[in-house]
This record gives sequence, C-alpha cells and structure tokens, in this order.
Amino acid sequence: MEDLYREHILDHYKNPRNQGTLENPDITFQDSNPLCGDELRMDFKVKDGVVEDVRFSGKGCSISMAAASMLTEHIKGRSVEELKKLTREDILEDLGIELGPVRLKCALLALKVLKAGVYGIQGWPGEDE
Amino acid sequence: MKLAQASKFSAARLREEFPILARTVHGKPLVYLDSAATSQKPRAVLEAMQDYYQRTNANIHRGVYQISEDATTLYEQARKRIAASLGASPRELVFTGNATAAVNLVAYSWGRSRLKQGDVVVLTEMEHHANLVPWHILRDERGIEIRYIPVTPEGRLDLSNLDALLSGAKLLGLTHVSNVLGTVNPVAEIAARAHAAGALVLVDGAQSAPHLHFSVADLGCDFFVLTGHKMFGPTGIGGLIARRELLDSMPPFMGGGDMIREVKLSGSRWNSVPHKFEAGTPPIAEAIGLGAAVDFMESAGRDNLEETERALVNEAHERLSQEPGVRVLGPPSTERVCLVSFVMEGIHPHDVAAVLDRDAVCVRAGHHCAQPLHEALGVDASARASFHAYNQPSDIDALIAGLHRARALFGV
Repeated sequence: MEDLYREHILDHYKNPRNQGTLENPDITFQDSNPLCGDELRMDFKVKDGVVEDVRFSGKGCSISMAAASMLTEHIKGRSVEELKKLTREDILEDLGIELGPVRLKCALLALKVLKAGVYGIQGWPGEDE
Repeated sequence: MKLAQASKFSAARLREEFPILARTVHGKPLVYLDSAATSQKPRAVLEAMQDYYQRTNANIHRGVYQISEDATTLYEQARKRIAASLGASPRELVFTGNATAAVNLVAYSWGRSRLKQGDVVVLTEMEHHANLVPWHILRDERGIEIRYIPVTPEGRLDLSNLDALLSGAKLLGLTHVSNVLGTVNPVAEIAARAHAAGALVLVDGAQSAPHLHFSVADLGCDFFVLTGHKMFGPTGIGGLIARRELLDSMPPFMGGGDMIREVKLSGSRWNSVPHKFEAGTPPIAEAIGLGAAVDFMESAGRDNLEETERALVNEAHERLSQEPGVRVLGPPSTERVCLVSFVMEGIHPHDVAAVLDRDAVCVRAGHHCAQPLHEALGVDASARASFHAYNQPSDIDALIAGLHRARALFGV
C-alpha cells in the first residue's frame, strides 16, 4: 500500500499545485483516458518561448491528478524547447512508484496533454519513442 | 430428485472446485470479486479441455478417422447440453467467440439484410458497449435511427414511454441483467410489447445466463446472446440462440470452410444452420469446456447457485449501503443479481480498486464498458464488486475492511 500511495502523491492529490484555468491562455488542450474516463485540461501562458504560467483542471484518480500537479511544477519558467525533452521517465521518477500498464496511463495523461497541446504530438508518451 | 440434490449442495465444497481461489496475492488469500468481468473456472472445465487436447485433438466435421469423429461428437454434444440448459434446441445455438461476436453477427447478417435508411432500432441506456457499438456502425453505414429507453435514477428501465419508442421499430435490443447495476430487466413483458409493435427482440444474456436459472424460450425473444467465460467456461466461446426459421432466413456473416454445402468457382451453397454461421475451424476445446461448465452448473443445481449468490449479493448490498460516504448504484437487492457497484465520496474508483488490490481484493473500477449509463447516472466511474456462488461471506468482510483502509489513507 505504502509503496503505491507515498506521502508526496497523496499530498499533491489533496493539495494540488497550479490547479484551475487561465484567462485567455495562449495554449489550451484537453484529453481523456477512455479506459477510466479520467479527463484533464491544461492551460498555458507562453511569452518569448517561455512558459510564464500553467494551470490544470480535470477529474481522475490520485495518480493522474498528482502526476499533473507535479508536472506543472516542472513547467513554469522553462522554455518550450526544454519541455520537449520531458519523458515518461521524468514523470515516473517524480511519482517514485512502480505502475502496471493500466495505471501507467493514469500517470502519463498529463504529459500526453502537454505534448499534444504544445507540440501537437499525439499518442501516449514513450509508446512510439 | 431435486430435493435430494439441494440437501447435498455445499457452498464450501463448490468453492474447493476452483483451484485459483486457493492462491495468494501480495501474500494474502485471493478475494475475487470481479466475476462480472470473467468468472473463475472449476477443475472440471480445465480437465475437460486438457483431456480433449491430450486425447482427442483433431479437426471436426472433416476427418473420417476415429479421433476426428470423437472430437466432432464432443463438440456437438457440448452444443446440445448448453442449448438444453438454456431451454433451446441445439440447431438454434450458433457458437461464436463471445457475446460481442454474437451481437455483431445479428447486426451484420440480419441488420444489413433487413434494415434500410430510416428504420428504427430501439436500445436502452443501460446497454454494454457490445450492444451499442455494432448498431452505431450500422447507423453510420445505413442511416438507421436508434432510440433509447432511458434509465431512472434508481437504475431501472423507464418504460413509461415504451410504446412511443417502439412505434415503427424493427428491432429492440436490451440487456437481461445490467453489468453495472445488476438490475434484472422484465424482459418477457418488454418483449411482448415489442412484438405487438412488430419489432424483433434481441436479449443480451452475458450477465444473466451465468447467474439466473431461466429458459430462453420463456423470455419470448428472437435473439439471445451469451458468453461462456462469465459462466465458469473458458474465454473464446459464446453463442447466439435464435429461432430456427430466423436463422434459416439470414444470410451468412462470414464465409469460409465448414459453413458451405458446396463450393464452385461460380458460387457456393450454404450449409444448414447453425453451421452456416460457423465459418472456419471453431473454438473446439472452448466449446467442450463450456459444455463441461454447464454440466458443472447443472450438477451443482442452478437454483442452489442462484440462492447462494443472492445471499452474498444481499449482504454486500446491505453492508455497502450502510458505509458512510458510499453511494450504491442501482435498485434494491430484491431486483438485482450478481453485483453491487458503488462510488465513494472523495476517492476515485481507481484508487478504491488499487487500495483493495493490496489486500488481494479484486474489484473492477471504471465505466465497465457502459459509458452512456454512467453519464445517465451522473457519475464518471464506479467501483464494482461482483459475485458467483464460489464467493464466501468473508470476502465481503475483506471488501469492507479494504474500504476502511482506503478512507483512512485518503483522510475522508
């Protein structure tokens, strides 16, 4: 149990960082995980190639919501070029837990939304890389 | 005879026939509460399939040598026993891969040859995707109209507008038992009204055949689909039961070997039913396995199985309903079989299922292939505990204890 729901995951789930929406975002994108019905939207403010602000909103399990919250902490103040280098390994390192193939999709939904929204990359991160 | 059988029945002994239930997961005894997804298999089924492969494996309906004749006999005997246990004749039972394949058979063969633009098919909001998507495909291809019988907040079909919905309909497709709510629908009554309106009736029996003792003939439907793996049988075998003259009048769905009487390069003549719809080498071992599963159910006594399971579902329903922060979906336990779906305040069903898994308790979480139903009920997803007669009261204790752990962990 404790290996699946580490303190920091529950913390991000209960106290999500950067949750909400942005007024007049430069980029907004949303997607869902058809297997479990999780939905996630991300809004971005981008100036001179740098992400000035980001918000996420949606509904889903603790893993998908915590992963989205953690991801937003990486994003603010970084260049769009840098973000391109984020991989599923970064997300899994943040979470620090072992996940089976079904829950892996929960964990990667936020990164999927980020990559689709910012770069138009479709598909699950890591699947075709 | 029946009384003697009933007095001999022991739920504990029945449970011992399922080898997997003796294993542990994460160091704890397995508590399997996902039988609505697939049931576990008794030793008799595993042995029948292994015995077939070890002693009788040969293709059927072809060889004139002994073991091919034996394999053909086993396959056709399985058809007879499965049909008989559901109150049907063997010539009316077409083997398919599963219930989904059977619905697709009807949609492609009957639907494509009988439905044209503007024709009406009536379904319900309670359907599994298997009885929605094949009709959506036909709608996109043919321009048929699909109407839906709504679901009440209590999880029953809302029949108040049924006659208007059925007006001019060619087919009504509905599930016998909801895979999310456990609701047992009044199929016979609805089928009679559909027939009066001139519509044929397709019943999805994927969740009823494993849990209820009934005869397909009594339902008054034209098509009945079932799947083997939810009724103690293996995966890869299911069936379509339909009236003989209806099957006779339908064109083949898939073409190939075994479904033909004669093939010339200029054309073919079809085999008689049910073989007309069984192109290619069928799942022989799986049909034999399902035959053994039906034998297993009959020898345990279908009423005994139903009674044992009902007691479990009642208890689970009652205890879950009393849990603070738990909302049970669907009707009272007197109107349901097999399962109890629920949502917990403040904890996503995926998290509920993941916490339970650490206690080796297996439940399903998500929308259970019934997304429109979840939308109608206003929930994104649910957790589902489902039962068979091999479950025991302590499985419910483990479920409830796991929910308490989830609440403590998430602080709700």
